[in-house]
Amino acid sequence: MTDAGDLKRLPLEHLHVAAGARFGGFAGWSMPLTYPPGVMKEHLHTREKAGLFDISHMKLFAVAGPGAAAMIARACPLDAAAIAVSQSKYTFFLNEAAGIIDDLIVTRLGADRFMIVANAGNAAVDEAHLMEIAAAFDCTVTPLDRVFLALQGPEAAAILAGVGVDFAGLTFMHGIEPKPGWFMTRSGYTGEDGFEIALPPGEAAAFADSLLADGTAMWIGLAARDSLRLEAGLCLHGQDITPDINPVEAGLMWAIAKPVRATGGFIGADALRAKLDAGASEKRVGIAPEGRQPVRGGAPLFSEAGEPAGRVTSGGFGPSVNAPVAMGYVSAALALPGTKLFAEVRGSRVPVSIHSLPFTPHRYVKG
Amino acid sequence: MTTYFTADHEWIRVEGNVATVGITDHAQQQLGDLVFVDLPEVGRVVVKGDPAVVVESVKAASDVYAPVDGEVTAVNDTVGAEPALVNSGAEGDGWLWRMTLSDPTQLAGLMDKTAYLASID
Repeated sequence: MTDAGDLKRLPLEHLHVAAGARFGGFAGWSMPLTYPPGVMKEHLHTREKAGLFDISHMKLFAVAGPGAAAMIARACPLDAAAIAVSQSKYTFFLNEAAGIIDDLIVTRLGADRFMIVANAGNAAVDEAHLMEIAAAFDCTVTPLDRVFLALQGPEAAAILAGVGVDFAGLTFMHGIEPKPGWFMTRSGYTGEDGFEIALPPGEAAAFADSLLADGTAMWIGLAARDSLRLEAGLCLHGQDITPDINPVEAGLMWAIAKPVRATGGFIGADALRAKLDAGASEKRVGIAPEGRQPVRGGAPLFSEAGEPAGRVTSGGFGPSVNAPVAMGYVSAALALPGTKLFAEVRGSRVPVSIHSLPFTPHRYVKG
Repeated sequence: MTTYFTADHEWIRVEGNVATVGITDHAQQQLGDLVFVDLPEVGRVVVKGDPAVVVESVKAASDVYAPVDGEVTAVNDTVGAEPALVNSGAEGDGWLWRMTLSDPTQLAGLMDKTAYLASID
C-alpha cells in the first residue's frame, strides 16, 4: 500500500469529502473509490441517467507549433496532418517493439495545435517520452494543470446544455475549446454518450456543483468507472494493454489507418509491420464466466483438455449485465466467441466462454 | 450468548458449544456491494485463521477467516443466493456459517464489541 501522505490530492477533494467519498490510492493519486450509494447504484445510475467523474488524475498535454502534426505522427501511429480540426482519435505511444507505452486521445484544435489526453499512471513516462521526441521538431509540448471532469450517461448532453456550455454539433470523438482555458471532447470511458471537460481549477468547483444541481447526475467513483469500462470492453492500460502487448494482439488495429500501417514513420512501425505479417499468436477477448462467481485479473485460463489457453487481465462483476464479466488474452485458435474454457480461481476451475466485446452496447452519439 | 470480534473483522456469536460467524458491518461497508459468497462445505474442519469463506465485491475478493477451531455445521444458503444480504444485515441475517468450538479457550483472545469498535475508530 502507498502511504496516503505520498499521494497527490485532487483539486476538488473537498467536494468529494463533502459528498461522503471513500478514498483509495490509484496511479499515485488519492482518488474517490465510491460514494455512499455504492458501486452498484453508481454504475447503474450512470447507464440510466448520468454520472460525474473527477478524472483530474489524467494528464493533458498541449502540443503547438508548425511541427506539431509531424511530431505526433512520429510519436503515434497516426497521420495527425490528415485529421480534421475538432476531430479526436484514439491512438498510442508505441515502443520500438510496438508495445503500448500508453493509450491516448489526440484532438486537433487548429492548424498547428493538438491536445493529447494520457493516463495518470503513465503521465511521467509519457511526458519524458513526448519531450524527447518533440526536441527534434518545431513544436512545444506543455503539460496543463486542469481539473478534468467526465459527465457520462444518456442525460449528460441535456445537463451540459442546461448549464450553458455550448457544444452544438459536437459528436462522438470530437473536441472543442468552449471557453478560454477549457477543453472538452464528446467521449468517455463508459460506453455511454458523454463528455470529458477540462477547465481551470479556479472555475471547477462551481462548474461541478452546477452539473449536480438538479439531482440528475451524481458523483461516481473509480470502482464504478472500472466496472463501466469493463462492460464497455475498453482497455485499462497496465492491465489489458502494456508495453509488452502490441495493438495487433490487443485487437486495436482499428485505431491505426491502413496507409499509416503501410508507410507511417512512427516509432515501432517496423516491429508493428512484422507483427502484422506474422499474425497475432494470441488475441484480446471478452470472457463470460458461468454462474455468479467473478473471475479476476491474473486468473489463468485452460482449454477443456486442460492445456494452458491464456489469462484474464481484467475481471469483476458487471452490474448492468448482472453477471460476472472479464477480459483477457487467449491463443488465437481459441478466440472465437462461444469457445468454452476454464479459469482457475482459488484452485478450482470455473467454466467460462469467450464473449464478444462490448458486453453492453455502446450508445455514442455519432456524427 | 456472547459475541466476540476479530482484528480481521469477523464476529462470532457463541451459544454453548456452537457459534455463528459473519463479517462486521464495518467490513461490509469497506467491501462495498457483495456479488458472490463462496461458502464452505458442511462438515469441513477449520483451524483458527483458515480462510473459510470468500466474499466477492464488484471489485475484489476477500477472505473471511475462521475465528476459532471447529467444524462447520451449517451455512447460510440465503446469502449464497443473495449476497447483498451481507451488506444489509452483516451482523444479523447476513451470517455466513455455524460451527462447533473444539477449543473454547481460543475465545479469550478475541475482542468484545467495545474493543472492536475502538480498534476501527
